[in-house]
Amino acid sequence: MLGKLSLAAIPIDQPIPLIASGLVGVVILGVLARLIIAGHLPYLWREWITSVDHKRIGVMYVLLAAVMLLRGFVDALMMRAQQAMALHSQGYLPPEHFNQIFSAHGTIMIFFVAMPFMIGLMNFVVPLQLGVRDVAFPTLNSVGFWLTATGALLVNISLVIGEFARTGWLPFPPLSEMTYSPGVGVDYYLWSLEISGVGTLVAGINLVTTVLKLRTKGMTYLRMPMFCWTTLASNLLIVAAFPILTATLTMLILDRYLGFHFFTNEAGGNVMMFMNLIWAWGHPEVYILILPAFGVFSEVVSTFSGKPLFGYRSMVLATMAICLISFMVWLHHFFTMGAGPDVNAIFGIASMVIAVPTGVKVYNWLFTMYRGRIRFSTPMLWAIGFMVTFLIGGLTGVLVAVPPADFLLHNSLFLVAHFHNVIIGGVLFGAFAGYTYWFPKAFGFRLHEGLGKAAFWCWLIGFYVAFMPLYVLGLLGMTRRMQHYDVPEWHPWLVTAAVGALIILAGIIFQVLQLFVSIRARASLRDVTGDPWDGRSLEWATSSPPPVFNFAVPPDVNGEDAYWAIKQQAREQETAKGEWRYEDVEMPRNSPTGFICAFFATLMGFALIWHIWWMVGAGALGAFATFVVFAWRDHDEYVIPATEVERIDRAHLEQQRPVLSEGG
Amino acid sequence: MNILHPQGPIGAAERTILIDSVAIMLAIVVPTILAILWFAFWYRSSNRRARYAPEWAYSGRVELVVWAIPALTIILLGGVAWIGSHQLDPARPIDGTGPPLKIQVISLDWKWLFIYPDQRVASVNTLTVPVGRPLQFELTSASVMNAFFIPQLGSMIYTMNGMVTRLQLRADNEGRYQGLSAHFSGDGFPDMMFDVRSVSGTAFQDWAVAAGRTNDVLDAETYADLARQSTARPGKIYRLDDPGLFEAVATQRIPPGPGPSLLAKGDAEVSPRSR
Repeated sequence: MLGKLSLAAIPIDQPIPLIASGLVGVVILGVLARLIIAGHLPYLWREWITSVDHKRIGVMYVLLAAVMLLRGFVDALMMRAQQAMALHSQGYLPPEHFNQIFSAHGTIMIFFVAMPFMIGLMNFVVPLQLGVRDVAFPTLNSVGFWLTATGALLVNISLVIGEFARTGWLPFPPLSEMTYSPGVGVDYYLWSLEISGVGTLVAGINLVTTVLKLRTKGMTYLRMPMFCWTTLASNLLIVAAFPILTATLTMLILDRYLGFHFFTNEAGGNVMMFMNLIWAWGHPEVYILILPAFGVFSEVVSTFSGKPLFGYRSMVLATMAICLISFMVWLHHFFTMGAGPDVNAIFGIASMVIAVPTGVKVYNWLFTMYRGRIRFSTPMLWAIGFMVTFLIGGLTGVLVAVPPADFLLHNSLFLVAHFHNVIIGGVLFGAFAGYTYWFPKAFGFRLHEGLGKAAFWCWLIGFYVAFMPLYVLGLLGMTRRMQHYDVPEWHPWLVTAAVGALIILAGIIFQVLQLFVSIRARASLRDVTGDPWDGRSLEWATSSPPPVFNFAVPPDVNGEDAYWAIKQQAREQETAKGEWRYEDVEMPRNSPTGFICAFFATLMGFALIWHIWWMVGAGALGAFATFVVFAWRDHDEYVIPATEVERIDRAHLEQQRPVLSEGG
Repeated sequence: MNILHPQGPIGAAERTILIDSVAIMLAIVVPTILAILWFAFWYRSSNRRARYAPEWAYSGRVELVVWAIPALTIILLGGVAWIGSHQLDPARPIDGTGPPLKIQVISLDWKWLFIYPDQRVASVNTLTVPVGRPLQFELTSASVMNAFFIPQLGSMIYTMNGMVTRLQLRADNEGRYQGLSAHFSGDGFPDMMFDVRSVSGTAFQDWAVAAGRTNDVLDAETYADLARQSTARPGKIYRLDDPGLFEAVATQRIPPGPGPSLLAKGDAEVSPRSR
C-alpha cells in the first residue's frame, strides 16, 4: 500500500534534521494560520497562486529563491561548523548526515536559488523592457513556476521523510547506483530535478519565444536592452541543455528502478558516458546562471553612471559568443580522468577562449563608468563589488582551465573557492543587484538604502573571509567534501572560513531586516513616478507597480535606451506624451492549471520515490486530466475596456509628469 | 601537503605552470581592478572636476584594445596549456635513476591497495617508493570512482572500475608525504588518506624483501574481505598470491565491490548505515 514508506523513514534518532524541519513546519503553519485568520487566502488564490501575470510569477520565483537561499545557507553554516571542528575528531555531524548536507547545499543553491532567482528576474523584467503586455505563454509560465516549486518541496520533504542524496550535487555513478546508494536519497534528488527540470525547460521556451516574437513596435534586436539579450542567450542555453539533464537523469532512473545498465559497473555500463552527458548540461548551466547576471549589471552600471552602455554591439557579440562556446568546453570538468594530452589541451584552450568575451564585458562596464556621473546606490555597489570579485574568480577559473594546473587543483577546495567566487560574486551579487534595482518597480516603493548597504558590505567582506582561506586550503592539498581530517595545518583556515560564513549570515540578517523595515516604512520610501533611478529602458516608463497590462498603449521605439529617449524628447519639447487613442485590452485569464498540475506532480514524485505505484498512477492521471481540462477551455481571455485603461494611464501620466518635464 | 612545495619533477613542473599562469593573468587583472576602483571613485557624481560625457558610448580604438587584451592573454596562456598538457600528460614516461617501478593501485571502499607485481608484495594505505626511480602507476577501482592524489608529487588521476588509468611520478627526496582520494566516494571517504614513504633504493629493496616474507597472503579470500566497505589504518603488508590480481579487478573478472547492500535489509532500504 505504501511501498517502501514506513515509520522507519522518519529519522527519529537524528535530532538536528527533526528540530530544523520542526521549526520550519511551525513557521509555515504559523504563517498559514495567520493568512487564514486574516482572510487573505482567497486573495492569495485569486491574485497570486492562479495568476498568469508574468510580474506576479516573477515575484513568486524570487520569493521561492529567497526562502530556499535561507535553507541552503543553513546547510553552508553547518558544513563550515563541522569542518572547523573536525580536526582529529568526528565533529558533530556523522558522515551520513554531513554527506547529505553538502549534497543538498549544492542542489538547492544551483537549482532552487540561483535558477529561480534569475528566471524570476527575467520573467518580471523582460516583457516590460520589450514593451509588451505579457510573455508568450502565460499559463505555461505558471506551470513552469509551480513545477519548480514542486522540486523544491520534494527536496525539503526529504529532510523529514527518508533522506536526501549523499552523492554530491551531481550524483556520479556508480556511487549513485542502487548497489552503492540503496536508500531513497538519490531518488529524491532525481525526481525533484526531473520535475523542476521540466519547469525550467518550459520557462526557457517561454522566454525565448517572448524575446523572439513579442517585441513592441520598433524594438528591433539591436535596440533591445542588454538584459533582454542575455535573457535570450541564457534561455537558448536552457532549451538546448536541460533536455540533456532530463535524459541523463532518466537513464540513471532506469538503472535504479528497472535494472538497466547505462552507468553501472557491470554489464557494459559506462560511467564516462554519465560524466560527459552531465557536464554537457552542467557547463552551459553555469552560463545560464551568469548571463542574466551580466545583463543585470549592464543595466545597473549604465543607469547609475548616467550613460548608455559602452560598446553595446560588442556586448551583444560577446554574449552570443559565450552562449555558443559554452557548449564546447564540458570536458574541462574531468581533465584528471586520463583523456590524453590533445583532448585536454583543446578543451583547456576552448575554456580559456570564453574568458575573451567575458573580459570584453568587464572592460565595457569599465568604460561605461568612464566619464559618467556615478551614483552609489545599493545596486551600483553590488555591481562594483561584482566587477572586482568576478575578475579574481575569472583568474582562478582560467587557471584551472590549464590542464597541468588542474592536475593539482581539481576537486580541491581551490576549485570550491573558484566556483563560489564566480557564483556568489557573479550570480548572487547580480541577483541582489537586480532585486534592489527592480524592487521599486514591482511594489512601488524602494528598499531601505542604509540596510541594503550594510548587507552589501557584510556579504562582500564575508565572502572574502570565507573563501580566500579555501583557495589557500586548496594549495595545501585539501580536497572537498571531507567530513573530518587529521591535518593540523588546515585547521586555522577552516576556522577563518567559518567566521566568514558568520559575516555572510549578518549580511542575510540585514537583508531580511531591510525587507521588513522597507515594508513598514513604505510610505516614506514610495516612488510614484515609476522611475526612481532615472532609468533608461522601457520598464521605467510605466507605473510602479505596473498595471496588469503593463502599457496602456504599446510604446513605439526608435533607438537604444528607449525610455531615456522619451524623457529627452519630452524635456526638449516641454510636453509630455501626445494624446493617445486608448483601445480595449485583452489579457489572459488566471488559471489554476499550474498549481493543480504541480500538486499532482508532487504526489507522483513522492510516490515514485517511495514506490507507491497506485499513487504514481493517480498523480500522473491527475496531472494529465488537468492539462486536458485546460486544453478544452472555451474562454482564456478577458477584456479591460478602453475607458478603464485610459483612467489608469492618465493617473500614471499625471504622476510621471515631473520626471518628463524637468531634468531628473 | 603543500602543492607549492613539490617533492618531485611532475609536481615542480606543474607548480611552475600554476605560478606562471597566475603571474600572466595578474598582469592584466590587477590594473583592471585598479581602473575599476579609480573610475568609480573619480567619476562619482559629487566630483564636479570629473568630465561628464552623457552620450559617449562607442570608440573603435577602445573596442580594439578591450578585445585585444584578453585575446592576447589567452593566446599566451593557450600556448602554456598546449605545451603543458603534452609535457605533463600523466601517462607520459619520465626519466629517473634505474628502471621504472611498476605499482598497481586499486581503490577499494574506503582504502587504497598498492600492488608491486614485480616484487610480489602489496600494502594497504601505505605507499613505499624508492627515491629517484620513475614510478609507473596503473590504477583502477574496485567499486566507485576515486582520485589518486599525492599533492607534493603532482598530477592526480581518477580510478574507475572496469578501466585502467596510467600515471607516472617520481619522488626526489626521502621523506613521508600524505596522499588522499580527491573524489568523493561515500561515507568512509575522509579516511582514504594514505602515507607515502619515500626511501632510498636499498631501503626499498629491504622493505620489499621483508614484505615478501610476511605471513599474510593477499589471496582471493583476503581480497574479498578488503573489498567490503570499511576503513583501514596504514601499514598492513601482504605477500601477493596472484600477480594477475590487478588485471582481474580491472577487467571485472573479480566482480565490483558489494557496497552496503549486504547489511540488514530493512535498514538499508531507507537510510543505509555503513558502519
